[in-house]
Amino acid sequence: MRSLLTAVLMLSATSTLADEIWISNEKDDTISVIDIETLEVTRTLEVGERPRGITFSRDHSVLYLCASDSDTVQVIDPETGKILYELPSGEDPEQFVLHPNNKHLYIANEDDAITTVVDVETRRVIAQIDVGIEPEGMAVSPDGALSITTSETTNMAHWIDTSTNQIIANTLVDQRPRHAEFTLDGKELWVSAEIGGTISIFDVETQAEKGKISFEIQGVHKDRVQPVGFEMTKDGKYAFVALGPSNHIAVVDQKTYEVLNYILVGRRVWHMAFDRDETKLFTTNGVSGDVTVIDVEKLEPIKTIKVGRFPWGAAFRPTSG
Amino acid sequence: MRAMFRAMFAIILRETIRFVSQRGRFIASLVRPLVWLVVFAAGFRAALGLSITPPYQTYITYEIYIVPGLCGMVQLFNGMQSSLSLVYDREMGSMRLLLTSPMPRWWLLFSKLLAGTLVSIVQVYAFLLIAGLFGIDFSLLGYLYALPVLILNGLMLGALGLFLSSTIKQLENFAGVMNFVIFPMFFLSTALYPLWKMAEASTLLRDICAFNPFSHAIELLRFALYEQFNGTALVWVIVSLGIFLGASIWGYNPARGKILGR
Repeated sequence: MRSLLTAVLMLSATSTLADEIWISNEKDDTISVIDIETLEVTRTLEVGERPRGITFSRDHSVLYLCASDSDTVQVIDPETGKILYELPSGEDPEQFVLHPNNKHLYIANEDDAITTVVDVETRRVIAQIDVGIEPEGMAVSPDGALSITTSETTNMAHWIDTSTNQIIANTLVDQRPRHAEFTLDGKELWVSAEIGGTISIFDVETQAEKGKISFEIQGVHKDRVQPVGFEMTKDGKYAFVALGPSNHIAVVDQKTYEVLNYILVGRRVWHMAFDRDETKLFTTNGVSGDVTVIDVEKLEPIKTIKVGRFPWGAAFRPTSG
Repeated sequence: MRAMFRAMFAIILRETIRFVSQRGRFIASLVRPLVWLVVFAAGFRAALGLSITPPYQTYITYEIYIVPGLCGMVQLFNGMQSSLSLVYDREMGSMRLLLTSPMPRWWLLFSKLLAGTLVSIVQVYAFLLIAGLFGIDFSLLGYLYALPVLILNGLMLGALGLFLSSTIKQLENFAGVMNFVIFPMFFLSTALYPLWKMAEASTLLRDICAFNPFSHAIELLRFALYEQFNGTALVWVIVSLGIFLGASIWGYNPARGKILGR
């Protein structure tokens, strides 16, 4: 009987725990935690200065956060919200990506034109790679063999062999590349160019450009259409592209590169994260200080949630299963 | 009792026949809000989207904002047009026929109001259908919840028209109604801009808009279309309906000698 009661209690406890989206607020030095069920902010955590890049470990047991002005990567316990320890990161870490081995963080040091590789277990820097000026966009291929750094001022994507941590190729992209992602099959690399207003698509094997996506929103001046962060659905159907001060998210067909739709969100949208089954997308709207939730099936905004000042990055955290 | 409903049915039938036979009126009633939606709203696409006010949960484009206001516009024009038809009836003598019926006068006036309201509801749903084709659609429940609101709003605006018609002696004066009633009522309401936007221009403007019963009619409809309830707006609309209805019954009171003794 007691075991039955315990089971019931545990079940009710887990059912009340909804998955979460964690948002870094650049100007508030905080993280806002959004409950995916209620679509409300349930916790606000104090963190280091100018939090930007945000990602969970593969098992979601810890959160890594670029505290850019504190010149460190903070490691946070998602249960308690406490900062556990800090990782060396080089100066001004902005974005980073966790290698599939769950061990190596590739960090872009915006001010130093360096990509720093940190071992999260030994908490040591294992490599520093010279890249172009103002590195920002970071990506790692699904098989972990390649890492990418894009440099905003040099307008290049730097291809890094993760086994040697050496650059093996540099490819020119349009002006001010901000974000890079591999497709799930690892065959394509997508790079957004903020000022260029495009996304360039590269064939990973040959590093040759195979396509380019441009954006045009009726009634919005071209200069305001600035692609930054983007995310692709795992089913290979859509890519969602944040278009900065145009206040829209573009929906792109992953296969045909055709822009299917534009969705109105808050002001200056930069980054985003999906929920567990990719039915909802959460976009960070910096200037309006909120997060817009998009219904992925209907391609419609559902709700906009107030968070801290200048929300920057977003990361998904499952709390059960 | 049955006679009363027969009278009501006859009045509604007459209004419907008149509406169906005036195809131009139906088209005009649709073209007017559509011009606003397609031309006016297109120029203001980026004007809104800075603040989220209920019932909206996220940023919206201007086209989405003005649809409830344009539904209100359809009903406002229709209410006034019904009043115009009353003035015409009076000039042609058919009103005398109506008012000499043994039915209570308030019942006849109410039937006339209801007839006009039903016609306006057909127009509103036709407009919503076309708005849907432009991609501005609502949930099925939203369309359903809008129905009682449209009936209430239609009666309220119709009652206002009825009262005005009792004070107008000639058809020509309708232009005055346009200038002094329809336009101020429409522009000084939340049909085109939300209250916070009005407040940016002037707090007096905002206060006038907040006082205008047409604003509350639109807000009641706006909330209903998003499956939400706005109690304040409902009270405003019901109270306004009461006042306008009372005024029009008073206006058509033969004891005043104004109507029949003209």
